[in-house]
Amino acid sequence: MNQPARTPFVAALADAPLPASGVAWLDQARRENLVAFAEAGLPDTRVEAWKYTALRALSQRSFAAGDAQAARRAVDPVALALPGIEGPALVFVNGVFRADLSLLDDVPPGVSLQPLSGALTHAPDPLRFALSRRYREPSDAFARLNGAFATDGAVLRVAAGAKVAAPVRLLFIGAAAERDVAWHVRDLVELGEGAELALIEQHLGAGEQAHLGTRLADFTLHADAALHHVVLQQAGAGSSLVRRSHYRLDARAQAHLHVLELGATLARHDVRAELVGDAAVFHTHGAFLPDGRQHIDTQLAIHHQARNTVSASTWRGVASGRGRGVFRGAIVVNTGADGTDASLNNKNLLLSTQAEIDTKPELEIYADEVKAAHGATVGQLDERALFYLRSRGIPGEQARTLLTTAFARAPFESLPDDALRQHIDQLLLSRLPA
Amino acid sequence: MLKIDNLHARVEGKDILKGLSLTVKPGEVHAIMGPNGAGKSTLGNVLSGRAGYEVTEGSVLFEGRNLLELEPEERAAAGVFLAFQYPVEIPGVNNTYFLRAAFNAQRKARGEAELDSMQFLKLVREKLKIMQLSPDLLNRAVNEGFSGGEKKRNEIFQMALLEPKLAILDETDSGLDIDALKQVSEGVNALRSPERSFIVVTHYQRLLDYIVPDFVHVLAGGRIVESGDRSLALKLEEHGYAWVAEHGEPAGVSA
Repeated sequence: MNQPARTPFVAALADAPLPASGVAWLDQARRENLVAFAEAGLPDTRVEAWKYTALRALSQRSFAAGDAQAARRAVDPVALALPGIEGPALVFVNGVFRADLSLLDDVPPGVSLQPLSGALTHAPDPLRFALSRRYREPSDAFARLNGAFATDGAVLRVAAGAKVAAPVRLLFIGAAAERDVAWHVRDLVELGEGAELALIEQHLGAGEQAHLGTRLADFTLHADAALHHVVLQQAGAGSSLVRRSHYRLDARAQAHLHVLELGATLARHDVRAELVGDAAVFHTHGAFLPDGRQHIDTQLAIHHQARNTVSASTWRGVASGRGRGVFRGAIVVNTGADGTDASLNNKNLLLSTQAEIDTKPELEIYADEVKAAHGATVGQLDERALFYLRSRGIPGEQARTLLTTAFARAPFESLPDDALRQHIDQLLLSRLPA
Repeated sequence: MLKIDNLHARVEGKDILKGLSLTVKPGEVHAIMGPNGAGKSTLGNVLSGRAGYEVTEGSVLFEGRNLLELEPEERAAAGVFLAFQYPVEIPGVNNTYFLRAAFNAQRKARGEAELDSMQFLKLVREKLKIMQLSPDLLNRAVNEGFSGGEKKRNEIFQMALLEPKLAILDETDSGLDIDALKQVSEGVNALRSPERSFIVVTHYQRLLDYIVPDFVHVLAGGRIVESGDRSLALKLEEHGYAWVAEHGEPAGVSA
């Protein structure tokens, strides 16, 4: 059969040696994922899920398959601290666990927190189901890469009934290397019945680099579990970051997700939620702020599969410079998911004439007695509000920043943690022109 | 303090002010009355520098400076304050934060020291008492979810805090019941001083029972057609604005 010519991106990775685990099922899965990736390559914009995010530029670049020096890359531990937040932290640099940077002394009772690399060495079989997954969709290129090459990530379990007060942090850092690297992490988070966990996920950059990072994460919430998940995406300026977060919620489980997307030159986050138990609740709140030539794409797909499930999503986009934001919010209410209550709202601000935001809310409803609402807007700053502030003596630029910050902050007002909310305020203020 | 001379202004290509002249001295309260569409709100917007209001002729001097070439924030720092007819709701901007930003921006522009949050809060508490406003308004977003009366009182509260030299009240009485009207008027009266001047724009003479003006002007067709003392307002009340059209002589009266 005639194969189209391989792009530099595919050529550099398709023949790279796979990591050897010594576990037969895992090596087999990695081989199959790599073959699938090599055959299909990267999706083009004819694939619906990538319609607004062209990968042409990425496909012309080549990345090393992993960073052999990741364990020795210099990272300033001070840059990893979050003011006012304490608790255990797992740190990964260029896709590799770094014990020297992690904080594992105070893991609370009921919590099991370890790197995937360690779990695979000691007891790989409980991970078999998740790590044997095959990815069959044309849009799955990065998941296949991740399935082929990821050797590390976080394995986090909270025992049934355990309520963890201090947040657990997961930090993913792209660090400067001799050449551009494709690194991968695979995370598995599981909350037992009635368990509660606060999780903070941070993406950071150390030094100048233009790596590609991929991350796949599974969040499994058993009945009555509650997860508060905060994502602060501040990846390095030249880097690309492609993530897929998959949530599965049993009866009455609740997940509250807050996402701030600030970094990377190309950032993509697919959030998929399956509400499989009655009365499960999934709330998402987020803001994305592409500036310069940044492209930030969030794809939300919430599947209501059981009765009386609830989802609510509030997202804000602020695009400046030549920045481009993409947001897709899909709500699917399956047959039998009667009594579903779903809402989704995405408001966007364009701060320059060359900025662009594409937003697309979608509703598919196959059940009865469903309450569903969705809406999306794209606009400019309110001139009346701007004049009001200026008429009180606030200079024009400051007034713009004040209004823009207020707009972007809205999704985080529901965040229970004061320190975190203030930190996000600071990030927004430092990001927007003062 | 303020000298408006032969002011012509247009909005969206339509001439609204057509030769308005007015002189306001320190400590004076001038009421500007007129029928709908006379240009009453345009005057306040032009003086405070709102975009979209094009001055085609005439001049405005404020303490000897050409007011028209200043940005809105520069006019505020110079001491001009507009109490809005429709105060704007600004979700997500905390009222206290907004007030302090405005207060300190004005002080900075005048080369004065800024207040820290403790000093500022002390000042705010004092001023709140004048307006009999509940302190919990401070923790809410600017004007968001405020009742009509609360919005107007919040305007006067801001005025009390910012201590302008010239305050323009744009139909501050509109939409207020009699109790709210009294409260707002008391707030304004508490701020009257020999140095501070007011331009009170209103459709009804009712407000002038509470804020007693030194001068009353009738604005019609974009210019002041009649000026007098408080009795002019009472005449208007009695005869209606049609009376002006019949008896008023177009005049650029300075008071």
